[in-house]
Order: sequence, then C-alpha cells, then structure tokens
Amino acid sequence: MLSFLFIAAAEAAQAGESAGLPQLDSSTWASQLVWLAITFGVLYWLMSSMFLPRIGAAIEERRDRIADDLDKAAESRRQAEEAETAFNKALAEARAKAQAVTAEAREEVNAEIDAMRKDAEQSIAVKAAAAEDRIAKLRETAGARVKEAARDTTRAVVEALIHESPADSVVDAAVAKAAKA
Amino acid sequence: MIDAAFRSFQAAGPMEQFEILPIVELTFGGLDISFTNSALWMTIGVGLIVAFFYAATRRRTLIPGRTQSIAEILHEFVANLVRDTIGHDGKKFFPYVFTLFIFILVANYVGLLPSIPGAPHELHTFTTTSHIIVTFALAMVTITIVLIYGFAKNGLKFLKLFAPSGLPIWLMPILVPIEIISFLSRPISLGVRLFANMLAGHIILKLFAGFVIALLGAGGFASVLAIAPFLGSVAIFLLEFLVAALQAYVFAILTCIYLSDAAHAAEH
Repeated sequence: MLSFLFIAAAEAAQAGESAGLPQLDSSTWASQLVWLAITFGVLYWLMSSMFLPRIGAAIEERRDRIADDLDKAAESRRQAEEAETAFNKALAEARAKAQAVTAEAREEVNAEIDAMRKDAEQSIAVKAAAAEDRIAKLRETAGARVKEAARDTTRAVVEALIHESPADSVVDAAVAKAAKA
Repeated sequence: MIDAAFRSFQAAGPMEQFEILPIVELTFGGLDISFTNSALWMTIGVGLIVAFFYAATRRRTLIPGRTQSIAEILHEFVANLVRDTIGHDGKKFFPYVFTLFIFILVANYVGLLPSIPGAPHELHTFTTTSHIIVTFALAMVTITIVLIYGFAKNGLKFLKLFAPSGLPIWLMPILVPIEIISFLSRPISLGVRLFANMLAGHIILKLFAGFVIALLGAGGFASVLAIAPFLGSVAIFLLEFLVAALQAYVFAILTCIYLSDAAHAAEH
C-alpha cells in the first residue's frame, strides 16, 4: 500500500509540474478575490445588520424574561411570607382576644356564683337564726312547763303525804334546790 | 463501469479538484473576474448560511425550535470566544469574527460534499478555502483590522506591542526584531495554515480514492485489497470532518487573539 502512495505522490508531483499548482496560477486570483469580497461582504452585511442582532435579541429577551420571572417569584414569595406573618399575627390576636373573653366570662360567672352563694348563705343564716330563736323559746317554755309540772307534782306529792298544801314559795324553793342538785 | 471510472480518474489528477474553471466569463478593466467554480461554491456556502439563519430567525420564539437553538448556540459560542479573548472591547468585532468563522466553517464543509456523478468538471465540489489567495485575503482582512484598530485606539503606543515594557534595554535589539518578524508572519501563518490543511486533506482523500479505483481496476486479488485504501479514505474523511471545524475555529480564535493584542497594546 505504501508503494501505491509513493506512485500516486509521484504522479501528483508530475501533474503539478505539468500544469502547475492551480493555487499558484495568478490569473485566477482577481476573480477569486472579487467573488470572495462580494460573497463575504454580503454575508457580513446580512449577519451584522439582520441575523446576529435578531439572535442576540432573542437570547437577551429570554434572559430578561427569566430574570423577570425570578423577580416575580421572589416578589410572590415575599408576599406569601408577609401574608403568613399577618396571618400569624391575626391568629395570635384572636387567641389573645379569645383568652380575654374567656377570662371575662369566667370572672362574671364567678362573681355571679359568689353573689348567689352569699345570698344563699345569708338566707340560710337568717333561717338558722330564726330556728335557733324558736328552739331557744321552746327551750324556755319547756323549762317553765317542767318547773310548773315539778311544782304541781311536788304540791300533789306533799298533799298526798301530809294532807297539807305547801306554800308556793316553799315549793318554788324546793324545786329550785332540786333543779340545782 | 469500474473501467470507465478508472479511466476518468486517471484523467483527473489529485490536483484537478483545485482547478479554477470559469462558468460565466467576465472581465472588468482588463481583469478576469469570471464567475468561476470557486465563486459558485462561495455563493453556495453563503447561500446555505443565509438560508439557515433566515429559517432560524424568521419566527423568534421564547422557547427556541431546532434551527433557532443551533443559531443561538453558534451565537453564544462565538460571543463567548470573543468576550473571553478580547474582553469588553471585543463586542464590535463580534459580527466580523462570527462571519469569518461561519464562512470558513461552511466553505470547509461544503468542500467535503461528494460531487454529483456525471456533472461537468466546473460543477464538481470545490473547496474555496483550499486556495491560498482566499485564505491569505481573509488573513489580510484580519491583520488590516488589527493595524487600523490598534493605531486608532492606542496611537503610537500600539508599537509597544514590539517592545513590551519592563524589557531590559540590552534585550531590545534582539527581541524587537523577533517581535516584528512574528507580527509580520501572522497573516502568512494564518492564511497558509488553513490553505495547507485543506489542500493536504483533499489531496490525501483523492489519493486514497484513487487507490481504490486503481486496485478495483486491476481485477483479481488486487480488487480485494481495495478495501484497505477504502477504509483509509473513510478514516481520512472523518479526520477531515474534524479538521474542517477545527481550522475554522483556529482561524477565528487567532483573529480574536490578534484583535486582543490591538485592543490591549498600550497596556503591555
């Protein structure tokens, strides 16, 4: 294969010698330069005035849009955070208010209960005093009756024993003496 | 059929693909400015580029379609290249660098297209960048821009490019001529690099293709051997596919580097 390369290279060299390198044929240079200038010039003009600004604008637009969207997202997040703080604040306030209302209600109820209790206690005390009075009276009357009964009994016993009615004062003294004993 | 192909190949040496053939004869002031096969392929290349970018930018959408995506990727690629090499001043050179890059890229690639079988010679596929006059002209455009912009921006300080500050005086006589020679050789190396790559690639492709035809024409056992140069030509073609893009990129990036020198000469 290598020999083929040499043969072909030799042929190429021969061809080059006979016709000359086409690249070095200066008669074609003017045409190449003119058409290079035209095609490259047209391409440069189209690229710089139309296509590249368009692509650049599209890229820029996307970059702006992404930045915008990120800003918007940050703004939304900030708003959400604000709303959350406001919500938490409102919640705390409501809780405090509820506690206040509860405390107030409890106090009211307590006061009412206290008042009712006082009323009840007072009425109980009045009734108890009345009852004690009655008891005391009953006791007094009961004592007098017992004395009366004792006097009567004493008189009856003395009459039955000595057939003589004792004087009231004597009987009283005797009953009192017995009661003391 | 193989015989006919063999004979036609024998008639066409590996250099024939570079011949400039007039299609429409034109003269202007005694100069031959005929519309040639070279001009035809420049027009085809530019036509393809324009058609593509027209399609890509006709309807610009926020979410790009396929062609728009490719156009945007190319735009960003060259824009980054210009920004990274030249810096902020590079913006005004972006259209030029982009045009240069896309022109050379497409010229290199359309040159790799197969010719239409049976087409007349002047319509065969032609690589416009395989001619030194074209690549050298493009290189000279770059260097001219560098010179004009360099002097316009930095004035005479542009010459500091050849004598960087902080250089010991005794080194000046050695280094300044070296810098000047290196600057002067820029357009030559820039032009020759692209031209030589295209020339060599296409000659080798043609030679390998020639071996295939020659071996097939020889008949018998030799025809079986034709597979070797055939695979070789496939491999070379793949290499050329890479080289076509690489050389366009190299041309563009060197242009950027030279423009960057012009932009920052005073700071040296």
